[in-house]
Amino acid sequence: MNRLIAVAALAGAAVLSGCATAPGQVDDPLEASNRLMFKINEPLVTYVAKPVADAYTAVFPSFVRTAVTNYVNNIDDLFSIVNDALQWKWEKWGNDMARVMINSAFGFAGLIDIASDAGIPRGNEDFGQTFGYWGIPQGPYLFIPLWGPTTVRDGTGSILRYVWSPTNEIPNVPVRNVVYGFVTVNEAPGAVEAMSLIDKAALDPYVFVRSAYLQRRRNLVYDGKPPPEKDEE
Amino acid sequence: MKPFRSLAAALLALAAASAFAQEAPDALVKRVSQDTIGIIKSDPKVQAGDQQRIREVVETKLLPYFDFERITALAMGRNWRQASPEQQKQLVEQFRQLLVRTYSGALAQYRDQTIEYKPLRAEAGATDVTVRTEVVRPGQTPVQIDYGMAKEDSGWKVYDVIVGGVSLVTNYRDEFNAQIKSGGVDGLLKTLQAKNQGTPAK
Repeated sequence: MNRLIAVAALAGAAVLSGCATAPGQVDDPLEASNRLMFKINEPLVTYVAKPVADAYTAVFPSFVRTAVTNYVNNIDDLFSIVNDALQWKWEKWGNDMARVMINSAFGFAGLIDIASDAGIPRGNEDFGQTFGYWGIPQGPYLFIPLWGPTTVRDGTGSILRYVWSPTNEIPNVPVRNVVYGFVTVNEAPGAVEAMSLIDKAALDPYVFVRSAYLQRRRNLVYDGKPPPEKDEE
Repeated sequence: MKPFRSLAAALLALAAASAFAQEAPDALVKRVSQDTIGIIKSDPKVQAGDQQRIREVVETKLLPYFDFERITALAMGRNWRQASPEQQKQLVEQFRQLLVRTYSGALAQYRDQTIEYKPLRAEAGATDVTVRTEVVRPGQTPVQIDYGMAKEDSGWKVYDVIVGGVSLVTNYRDEFNAQIKSGGVDGLLKTLQAKNQGTPAK
């Protein structure tokens, strides 16, 4: 079922990326509906994510929350291995390979991040970055309530990551669902914190988030050394 | 003897000040951030989250090294020249207030991070450099923080802060553009003022 939704979403994304986009300016042809989604997101953060985050941090001690984060990071690292290879980044590939093997074997399926303690840096490569590396443009910007900013390209990457996540392969269904639950709820505190920071700093939170997201992703595609952009001064 | 001694002290202070003016940009970033972190870690008022004290630290320790006029002009982009001198003055002041408030809040969140300073890669006579640092938090991916700095008569000044590839100037330029497009420079000023007074814009 999960996969069916993902495939449908992917097909939708493919259709969207086919849309013509305005040259030059920020690629946001769906701004009107994105802004609506952004508006819908605000009460969802206040009345859903915030209480969930508060309850989660109140009920579970920080070591449990750290373990959940480590579990998610370990799966991200697993996908980093794939994407390091797809981008011919062999040093990162070696690091991520070592990280996943060490953390999965000795860190209880990634619940403990031994590799970081050992000083092995995370490669932090995902499918969206691989697409970018190979010259695929971001495509239209998208804002998804309770998910956040993305683009057609990065969103497609995220879908692949979730469709292929090893969590889906956990044979015991109740256990799998508990893991899904933890992994989802674990995102709430960070999202709430980010929104409160944005509220402080932004004149137009929608534009603020869009600008920051697109800059951040561009920076990641170029591994922290993006070429200067054409300025309009 | 006493007047002589105070004269000597004054001269020493002057020498120190001019030494700072000559200070290399990366050395300046390091000194200023270590100073500030020292205060944040040791000052009980800051530790207790006293907003006024935190703002005081920001005003006295950090702000002298920021060129807000340049930051504002860059964030305005080509709209800068369309603003009247009076508007420009107000924009700089309002934007400064917004940034101080935002960054004071961020500073109060400072925990047990350490900062790594990357070697400066710039040519000998460069007047515009990027100072690269990395903030390392235990158990988390390091955050890259870069400072765009320009050499001015009074020494090196920060004109942009780039966090994880997100440039402060670029971010606000996009926001300013959107504001100016819908309400002109005056509209932007009104939004900034409303924001600083804590009332919701619009």
